[in-house]
Amino acid sequence: MFKPSIHLLNKEIRENNFKGALSIMTFFLFLPALIIMFWLFIKGLPVLSLDFLLQDPIRGMTAGGIFPTIVGTFWLVIISVLVSCPLGVLAALYLSEYAADGRTTRIIRLAILNLAGVPSIVHALFGLGAFVLFLRMGTSILAASFTLAVMNLPVIITSTLESLKAVPHSFREASWNVGASKLQTIRHIVLPNSFPGILTGLVFAVGRSAGETAAILFTGVAFYLPFLPQSVFDQCMSLSMHLFTISTQVVGVPEAYPYATALVLILLILSINSISVLLRSYFRTRRKW
Amino acid sequence: MIKKKFEIKNLTVGYNKKTVIHDLNLDIYQNEVLAIIGPANSGKSSLLRCLNRMTDFNTEVNVSGTVLLDGENIYEDEDSTFLRRRVGMVSPLPVGLPMTIKENVTYAPRMAGCKDQRELDFIMEDCLKKAALWDEVKDRLNGLATKLSGGQQQRLTIARALSHHPEVLCLDEFSIAIDPVTTMKIESVLHELKKSITIVMVTNVISQAKRLGDRTAMMLNGKILDLDQNDKIFGGHTKDSRTKDYIEGLFG
Repeated sequence: MFKPSIHLLNKEIRENNFKGALSIMTFFLFLPALIIMFWLFIKGLPVLSLDFLLQDPIRGMTAGGIFPTIVGTFWLVIISVLVSCPLGVLAALYLSEYAADGRTTRIIRLAILNLAGVPSIVHALFGLGAFVLFLRMGTSILAASFTLAVMNLPVIITSTLESLKAVPHSFREASWNVGASKLQTIRHIVLPNSFPGILTGLVFAVGRSAGETAAILFTGVAFYLPFLPQSVFDQCMSLSMHLFTISTQVVGVPEAYPYATALVLILLILSINSISVLLRSYFRTRRKW
Repeated sequence: MIKKKFEIKNLTVGYNKKTVIHDLNLDIYQNEVLAIIGPANSGKSSLLRCLNRMTDFNTEVNVSGTVLLDGENIYEDEDSTFLRRRVGMVSPLPVGLPMTIKENVTYAPRMAGCKDQRELDFIMEDCLKKAALWDEVKDRLNGLATKLSGGQQQRLTIARALSHHPEVLCLDEFSIAIDPVTTMKIESVLHELKKSITIVMVTNVISQAKRLGDRTAMMLNGKILDLDQNDKIFGGHTKDSRTKDYIEGLFG
């Protein structure tokens, strides 16, 4: 009575095949990341030491450490995030919660989406024109950070919009229904529930800023500086740029140096990402629907 | 003389170009229970949403005509949050906000600026008892509301709607997620509430309209077909034969 028919058996086989195909796909997706990490560790770990992290590069960047580049990347990331986060989140809030769903809004959204796909070198040229030349910031940390911020804004806005949209409309209605104002609803219902998603977008932006080379190339990063930046109007070095320089522009760099630099960059981004994952899971357990 | 709570005059409501309520006139008296019945798509929920201006939040909705609450046009004020504190609403699907049960029930008073913990506790217990939910949740008031069952969440929604002491309570098919026993409990609460507030309820359960309503309105295609005392409507003395057919289950 409970014996499966041929049709049912076939169905089961197909089901298993499909599941197998999906898991193989996932594995292949995961594989490159694994290999890259593995390779970086093998090649870079021997050089990686506290000295490498805390010393200045010496002898035409063929020896010493990468300290100034870490400092520079730190400044660039911090300032760009400080600029782009509030601007991006507030813009997304306006678009999602206040703007009427008319033609203008739709065009603006489309423009933002397109802007997210613009190559970073174009953003760099924009930064050069707008911040370095027009606003007379010169090639400086400030100009480079602003360029990074401009580059990240569409990403932050889009991801924030998505997370805001993920909060069910019925939550907002329930809140309005009991006489809460729009601002109160955003403050107590919308933001707390979309926070994990917004955070993810922000962290993604941070990672992008840390690894970005092209956008800061003309706007504030130097090949080599003999001193640390004293203010935001100075130029700085950056991890990503340094990696580019010592792998292609300088002769006589030990083979392990670029690997170690890349390893530091990736570990930095990885640690930022894991902090966000931890924060997110913490907030997820507290609010769930 | 009976006081008019709501006076609705020439109300027309449209979504984009589709008109869902045509030139509707309706008086709702103080402390009555007005039941609104009618087949799907007849504009019942839209009518309710006009009473506390939930229509404000949908830019596709056009509302024209006047709605007077205690003689004042509710569409005159720019800000409608105060109106919604006076006119509460329970939506058909339960919405437990993703916070604790306590935070859910005290949400409205907290948003209205109440910070007194004792008063909030009192409101919470009072409203949960009225919504027939207190006994089931009194031991886990700090638990997440979203973990409650659908029926419990619906009663939580009702408790929340009562928490800001509305003068008018609009119920949009409040009982579709609740079992009959609990429905009866809440109905008896509504019966009690009627002494102090006005209740407008949309329902698809005709026997519920008959049990609870003082008057019943029958809506069809955005118009009120029939509106009368319950004994007339359910006694077979309808003005329009379609009302009688609908009540008897012949159409709709």
